[in-house]
Amino acid sequence: MSSGTQLAQRHRFRWWELLPWAAGIAAFFVFPNYLSFATQVLITILFALSLDLVLGYAGIVTLGHAAFFGAGAYTVGMLAMHLGWNEPISGLLAAALVAASIGLVSGIVLLRTHGLTLLMLTLCTMTLLEQAANMGAAWTGGFDGMPGLSFSKILGLFGFDTLYFRSQYLYALVTLLLCFAVVRMLVYSSFGQSLTGVRENLLRMHAVGAPVRTRQVLVYTVSAALAGVAGALFTQANGYVNLAVLGLERSAGVMIVLILGGHGRLYGAFVGAIVYMVLEHALAKAYPTAWQLGLGLTLVAVALFARKGVIGLVDSVRRRLPGAAR
Amino acid sequence: MDPVSILFGGLASGMVLFIVSVGLSVTMGLMGFVNLAHGGFAMLGGYVIVLAMKHWGFAFLPALALAFLAVALFSVVLERLLYARLYRATELDQVLFTIGLVFVMTAVVTLGIGPETQVIDLPEWLRGQTDLGFFSYRTYSLVLIAVGTALMIGLWLGFERTRFGARIRAAVDNRRMAQSLGVDVGRLFAVTFAIGSGLAAVGGGLGAEILGLDPNYPLRYLVYFLIVVSVGGLGRVAGVFAAALLIGVLDFVLKFYFPKGGTIFIYVLTLVLLLWRPGGLFGRRGA
Repeated sequence: MSSGTQLAQRHRFRWWELLPWAAGIAAFFVFPNYLSFATQVLITILFALSLDLVLGYAGIVTLGHAAFFGAGAYTVGMLAMHLGWNEPISGLLAAALVAASIGLVSGIVLLRTHGLTLLMLTLCTMTLLEQAANMGAAWTGGFDGMPGLSFSKILGLFGFDTLYFRSQYLYALVTLLLCFAVVRMLVYSSFGQSLTGVRENLLRMHAVGAPVRTRQVLVYTVSAALAGVAGALFTQANGYVNLAVLGLERSAGVMIVLILGGHGRLYGAFVGAIVYMVLEHALAKAYPTAWQLGLGLTLVAVALFARKGVIGLVDSVRRRLPGAAR
Repeated sequence: MDPVSILFGGLASGMVLFIVSVGLSVTMGLMGFVNLAHGGFAMLGGYVIVLAMKHWGFAFLPALALAFLAVALFSVVLERLLYARLYRATELDQVLFTIGLVFVMTAVVTLGIGPETQVIDLPEWLRGQTDLGFFSYRTYSLVLIAVGTALMIGLWLGFERTRFGARIRAAVDNRRMAQSLGVDVGRLFAVTFAIGSGLAAVGGGLGAEILGLDPNYPLRYLVYFLIVVSVGGLGRVAGVFAAALLIGVLDFVLKFYFPKGGTIFIYVLTLVLLLWRPGGLFGRRGA
C-alpha cells in the first residue's frame, strides 16, 4: 500500500467519531445541573488537545504551555475590561491571534534548543508572563485578577448564563468541534506525518531534507493559538480571570491530563480530561491530600508501566483478546 | 539595610541554593536524567532534622548528619528500584515520573506530619550577631557562607583531584567513552545520586531558616533549582556555585529594592543566558 492511499484511509471519517459529539449533546440534556462543570471539562479538552499537537505529535516537551492559555484568557479579559470589547467570538479570534504571536516569536527563539534547556526556556517564558501579569496591576488586576467580567450575547442571540451555564456549554462545545476539525485535518495531513517523523527521528528528518525547524515553529504557533482559544473560553464562560490561568500547576496539570488519556492520539485529550476532571471533582475537594497522593502514584505508574495512557491500555487489552481484528 | 548587609544576605541564600542544587547538576550531567524531584529530597532532609530534634532528642549537628545519611540511603534505594528503569526512557517519561514522585512526597509529608510550616530551632551558638571587626552580621548567615564555601572547595578538590572525580568528569563529558574504558557508570551514578541527595537534604535543613519548610517546598523552589543548574551548566560544580551565588544575590537585591515583581529580571536573565549559551554559563558550548 502506498503511503498516499494509507494517508487517505487514515483520514477517512469513521462512524464512531460521531460518538463523542453525540455524547456531548446528550450531556446537555442529561446533566442540566452539571453544565458549569461540563464546560470546564470541554475547555480542558481543548487545552489538552492543543498540547497534544506539540507534545504528542511533534514531540516537543514543554512545561510552559499555560503561557498561551493565560495569554488568551488575559487578552479577552483585558479587552472587555479596558476597551469594552465584549463581543465573544471576535474575542476568541483576538485571543488566538495574541497567543499565536507569542507562540510564533517564542517558538522561533526557543525551538533552536532541546532537552533540559528547552524545558527551562518554556518554563521561564511562562513564569515571565505570570510575573508580568502580577506586576501590571493597572491592566491585569495583578494578584486579584479581573473579577465580574461580562460579555455580550453570542451571535447577538444567546446571552451568557451565569446560573446554569447552558449557553456557555454549547458555545464551548461548538468551539471545541471547530478546533478539533482543524487538529484532525492537521495531524492527518502530510504536515502531520512529517511532525511524527521529527518526533521519532530528528536526525533522519534533517537528513532527508525536511524543513524541521520551520515545521516545529509552525505547529508550536498553531498549538499556541488553540491554547489561547481555550483560555479565552475560560474567561468568557466564568466571567473572571486571575493568575491561576498561568503557572506551573496549570502547565503540569494539562500535561497530566493528556498523558493519562494518551498522547499522540486524537482522542487522548478527551479521555484524559473527562477521567481526570471527574475524579478530581469527586475526590480533590473532599480529600485533597489523598487526591495528590493518588495522582502522584498514578503518574509514577504511568511513567513506568503505561506510557500510552488509558487509550493505550485499552488498545493493548484489545490486542490480547483472541481474534481481535482492529 | 546597607549594601554590604544585602550582599551578605544574598550570599547566604545563594549558598543554600548551591548546597541543594549541586547534586542535581552532577546527576543530570551524568545521566541526562531530568529529575524534578530533587527538591523533594531537600524537603525530606529538613523534615528528618525537625523530627530528630523535636522528638528523638538530637542536637543540631547530629541531626544534620542523620538527615544526610537517611536521605542518601533512601534516594539510592529509589534510584536502584525506580530511576534506573527510566534512564533510557524519553524526557517526557522522566518528567512525569519525577513530578509524580514530588506529589507523593508532598502528600505523604502532609498526611504524616501536617501541612504547617516547620521551624528548626537553631542552637544558641548559631543565633545572634557576630562582630567581624568592620561590621557585624547575623551569625547564622555567616556560618552558611562559610559552610557553602568550604563545601565548594571540598567538592572541587574531590572532582579535580581524586580518581572518583575524574571518573565522574569523564562520564559527564562522554558516557560511552568512559564506559568503554571500564568506568562502571551505573555504580558511579548511584553513588553520586546518593551524595547529591544527601547534600540536598543538608541544604534543605540549613536553608529552612531562609526558604522555609513545608510540604509544598519541592514545587515552590523547583524553578529556582532548575535555573541554577541550567545557568551553571550540567555537571559543573564551579558553574553551579557561581550561578547559585549570582541568583541568590540577585534575588535578594531585587526583592529588597523592587519588592513587587522584581524577580522578573531573574527569568529574563535566565532566558537571555540560555539562548546565548544553551549549555549554561560554564557548560560546554552547544551542550
